[in-house]
Amino acid sequence: MTLSTRRSLIMAFRYVVIATGAVVVFFPIYEMLSTSFKLDVDAFRLPPQWIFVPTFQNYIDVLVGSNFMRFFTNSVLVAAISTSLSVSLGSLAAYALARWHFGGRTVSIIGILMLKMIPEVILAVPVFTLFNRMGLTSRVGLIIVYTALNLPFNIWVLRTFIMELPFELEESAIIDGCNDFTVFTRIVLPLVGPGLAVASIFTFRIAWNEFILSLVLTNRFTRTLPVAISMYLTDTGTEWGRITAIATIIAVPAFIFTFTAAKSLIMGLTAGAVKG
Amino acid sequence: MSRRGIPGRRNSAYFFLAPAAAVLLLVLTFPIVESVRLSFFEWQLRAIRQPPTFVGLRNYAELFASENFRQSILVTIRFSLSVVIIELILGTVFALLLEGDQVKGLRFFRTLYVLPIMIAPVVVGIMWRFMYHPSYGKINWFLSLVGISPVGWLSDPNMAMYSIIIADVWQWTPFVFLLVLAGLQGVPKDLMEASVVDGANYLQTLVSIKLPYIAAILGLTAVLRLIDSFRSLVVIFNMTFGGPGVSTEVLSLHLYKTAFTSQRLGLASAVAVVLLLVVFSFSGVLIWRAVRQEGR
Repeated sequence: MTLSTRRSLIMAFRYVVIATGAVVVFFPIYEMLSTSFKLDVDAFRLPPQWIFVPTFQNYIDVLVGSNFMRFFTNSVLVAAISTSLSVSLGSLAAYALARWHFGGRTVSIIGILMLKMIPEVILAVPVFTLFNRMGLTSRVGLIIVYTALNLPFNIWVLRTFIMELPFELEESAIIDGCNDFTVFTRIVLPLVGPGLAVASIFTFRIAWNEFILSLVLTNRFTRTLPVAISMYLTDTGTEWGRITAIATIIAVPAFIFTFTAAKSLIMGLTAGAVKG
Repeated sequence: MSRRGIPGRRNSAYFFLAPAAAVLLLVLTFPIVESVRLSFFEWQLRAIRQPPTFVGLRNYAELFASENFRQSILVTIRFSLSVVIIELILGTVFALLLEGDQVKGLRFFRTLYVLPIMIAPVVVGIMWRFMYHPSYGKINWFLSLVGISPVGWLSDPNMAMYSIIIADVWQWTPFVFLLVLAGLQGVPKDLMEASVVDGANYLQTLVSIKLPYIAAILGLTAVLRLIDSFRSLVVIFNMTFGGPGVSTEVLSLHLYKTAFTSQRLGLASAVAVVLLLVVFSFSGVLIWRAVRQEGR
């Protein structure tokens, strides 16, 4: 065997493995999408119908039926508000930790790293009992919890972005008469745009996808989509068309972020590991 | 690069830090302390209006004597070790296969592989439950094509563990893949070229250059995945809810069930303390590393 045929054989092998991986990764997602556009009778047919006439019936049923719009609105509100709160508070704290040496700095950093690791389910009992005592089952409670839950990551990732900015810009702004806060809003914030994007996407993802705390902390009016879909599952075991339609709607932001901001996503996923 | 160097300026750090610190203390730290406190009390969810009764260490004694709790520790160890090892191997193999300039469409594949991480765990659980379904699930149908008789993926106590491992491997191998790929891209090009000039074959460069270079990232990824695997709950919740029996009841799910099915809030808090200790003992490595980097 010549060297070049060996090379191309190896290359072919690589592509076969990569393509198999891609099929395995995509198949569950394909199942979700295709089932959501099938009538239930077709969804269960084996061998599967690879080619079928798509129907929007499941989506229509979901949208007009039950309380879908209410849960959808809850999800949007909770995710959007907690994202903007968490990223704002996170960027302020990140600035302090990136640019000042102060008493308690190392302790703050250790504390933030520890809080970044806590499993959400740990919060279920204490937050549930506290909110119960305060009579809080509204979306406000969920917004507060998600804001806090994402803060450690936001502080951490934004701090690495701020530390990479050249300090001279801030210095000259101070000489020009800016105070610390206006330096932050006029100089630092515009320059860490990519960092803010990473933080926002990840916070939105957690808040939009989160299940267990939403299950514990909301009632049947304030619940979000992930809890609503799991209720669907237990109530009506076989309505897979509608279930996959809701699943697809829940997955829409994931698709949008993946295909428009893959670079930010990879940056965020690797930020904790490769640097910092 | 510290503001400390500018003379006569007052320290604004606390002003910037205060709002986030307040939220973190009130909404995360205080509930954790409350969990520790409640673990010494007996408190029933159905009698939540009544104050909790102090029972000392009785919850912990009950916990360590409980067959269910010990079982869920074993389930957690089996699940976490399995997923971390499989994901590390698969993720590294895929990163090595995709790495380099020769593979066309690298960016496309990399983007595609991000999708499972982004999709809601509840959706992942539901989709795998659909595919594992004994009568109309696609997985058994594929197996029937090659002559394998139907498998009770979620109903057979011996299979259910494999089923939750497969779903986790599907969702999180891409994470390992991305980290290792990022590590491999940091391997100095001239080092690789020099080794090729010296006549090293693929295996030799792999063992003596690439693997040592990514060893640190592999270790870090292992710890990150391990900690994350102790937290994974939602996929299992929606696929098996810990069943059949308690064969897939990981510690975090055991905590949820103790609190909201058995309605024992004090006992559940004791489980929370155990889970927290496990997570913190593993994250110590990461924290030590980060603090050391601060010192530089």
